[in-house]
Amino acid sequence: MHLDISTVKESGAYAGYIQKKILFLSACTGCLIVLAFISVGVGSVMIPFSDVVQTLVYHTSGNAEMIIWNIRLPRVLAAIICGIGLAAGGVVLQSVLRNPLSSPYTLGVSQAAAFGAAIAITMFGAGTLGRLVSDAIVVNNPYLVTICAFLSSLAATSVILLVAKYRSTSPEVMILVGVALAALFTAGITFLQYFSSAEQIAAIVFWTFGDVGRATWSDLAIIIAVITPCLVYFMVKRWDYNALDSGDEMAKSLGVNAEQVRTVAMFLSSLIAAVVVSFLGIIGFIGLVSPHMVRRIIGDDQRYLLPGSCIVGGIILLGADTVARIIIAPAVLPAGVLTAFLGAPLFLYLLIRRNPS
Amino acid sequence: MILSVQDLSFRYNSHPVLQDVRCEARPDEIVAILGPNGAGKTTLLRCMNAMLRPKTGTVMLGQQDILSSSRREIARSIAHVPQHIEPPRVTAFDAILLGRRPWIGMNVHKNDILKVQAIIEQLHLSGLALRYVDAMSGGELQKVAIARALVQEPRLLLLDEPTSSLDLKNQHEIMQFIRSVVHTHHLPALMTMHDLNLALHYADRFVLLKEGRVFAAGGEEVITAKLIAEVYGIPVTIQRWGGRSVVVPHANADDSMGSPGIPAGR
Repeated sequence: MHLDISTVKESGAYAGYIQKKILFLSACTGCLIVLAFISVGVGSVMIPFSDVVQTLVYHTSGNAEMIIWNIRLPRVLAAIICGIGLAAGGVVLQSVLRNPLSSPYTLGVSQAAAFGAAIAITMFGAGTLGRLVSDAIVVNNPYLVTICAFLSSLAATSVILLVAKYRSTSPEVMILVGVALAALFTAGITFLQYFSSAEQIAAIVFWTFGDVGRATWSDLAIIIAVITPCLVYFMVKRWDYNALDSGDEMAKSLGVNAEQVRTVAMFLSSLIAAVVVSFLGIIGFIGLVSPHMVRRIIGDDQRYLLPGSCIVGGIILLGADTVARIIIAPAVLPAGVLTAFLGAPLFLYLLIRRNPS
Repeated sequence: MILSVQDLSFRYNSHPVLQDVRCEARPDEIVAILGPNGAGKTTLLRCMNAMLRPKTGTVMLGQQDILSSSRREIARSIAHVPQHIEPPRVTAFDAILLGRRPWIGMNVHKNDILKVQAIIEQLHLSGLALRYVDAMSGGELQKVAIARALVQEPRLLLLDEPTSSLDLKNQHEIMQFIRSVVHTHHLPALMTMHDLNLALHYADRFVLLKEGRVFAAGGEEVITAKLIAEVYGIPVTIQRWGGRSVVVPHANADDSMGSPGIPAGR
């Protein structure tokens, strides 16, 4: 069969519809850039917006430059990159499991990564204890922490894949799997704490709070090196995720190897969760909230949903961290606390809305 | 282009689902695959596009050996409309555009957009193009699914119970839609069906499956009261009405003994 297109004209209405989506993505990108500049200036030492721009653009010297380049900028970039990564992991998991409640956090993958990282720090000596609460854990072997976190999160992912294969990927089943895995790995962390000293317990508890302020430039380099290829892969596979959104049968009939796409997507989402948890601790709900916010505006088309969710994920985590820096200044709240405050009500709303009966 | 299925057998674990199935389909022809629940209709359809890998047998589409082709090559030759469509929140245009997946690489080209536009115009779906499919009725959703199948530019159309969740009006509308598509694009179409009367009304040939085997195959002449009683286990009478055959099932076995008012069946 061949479709003749010699007399067909491109639909202006569809082109306009696509333009709106591109406009939305551009507006979100603009918001993220503006928020980044604002965020660099916000904290216990407030730096005027003009000084921030001057320091970043003209590399002026002084206190402002030291604070911006050594403290604020790595923090802001870590929030953006990790927000993007967690949102990408969430939107892809929601697609391949066809489950709107999926995210690395709700499926227990983040908790598994935290358990693996805690083992690396407490048992393999990958982290040392600092003297102050603010630097309670110093990761001196980030590779070992990331590898342990990743292996542990892979164990959780394997359980999810097995359940998905032999049972179903229905929201109820997946959430119960997530509850079980989160409980299991949280129990594992508690087990480690039981055999730890009081200082170690305090350190582990502090470390599991998601805080973007811990990232250094070298941490950031590893985070970017892991997350960027995953994002590129996700974007290359966006058509496959679109096909999977219509069900496995439809995806296969469109030439998609559904099982392979699902396995690789879950593997990479676990890797993202592992690297974020290794360096920043557990930051929940970004992967759940941002896809839902974007989906309501531009729909399920992964060509736009994926980048849109990533940008909004970056905005949410950066926004949460910015607020966390000023809400009880000069003290700084971990951003993970604020993302949980934002995400938990939405999670409940989604659960209630899914099954009104 | 002729579809030829030869000696197809499929087992699920150790349970034989299909055994030595043979059937054919030619262009401009609708072949209805009939049979009771569990006869293997959907499994046969899934084996035809290698979604399930049969234990033995061949599926040839012209010169193409389907079972040894790659998934993308199969998707370029065979379009499949599944029974259950899970509509995501995308417009009908984007849902149909997804049918170009076997042909596109990284990006959609202008020609892909134009092909979607062409099929929308041919099937008179312009009114639905920018509506979200998750808010569509069953009939509209089925039309979009068929349009998506056609934009694959297939050489064979497989439809799994395309009217199963539709009301009477929509059942006939969709079947007329399929018939017009098959004739316009000179495609062979195979569809599994439960409604014998709908099949008799629209299909050109029939394959009756029972317990995974072809019980009978051919034109309308193979659909007899005796055969249906044997395949479905319920007595029926076949009446002629308006020049067409109509299957009238008997509510209980006693009805088959010649109730007043029911003419003798074939």
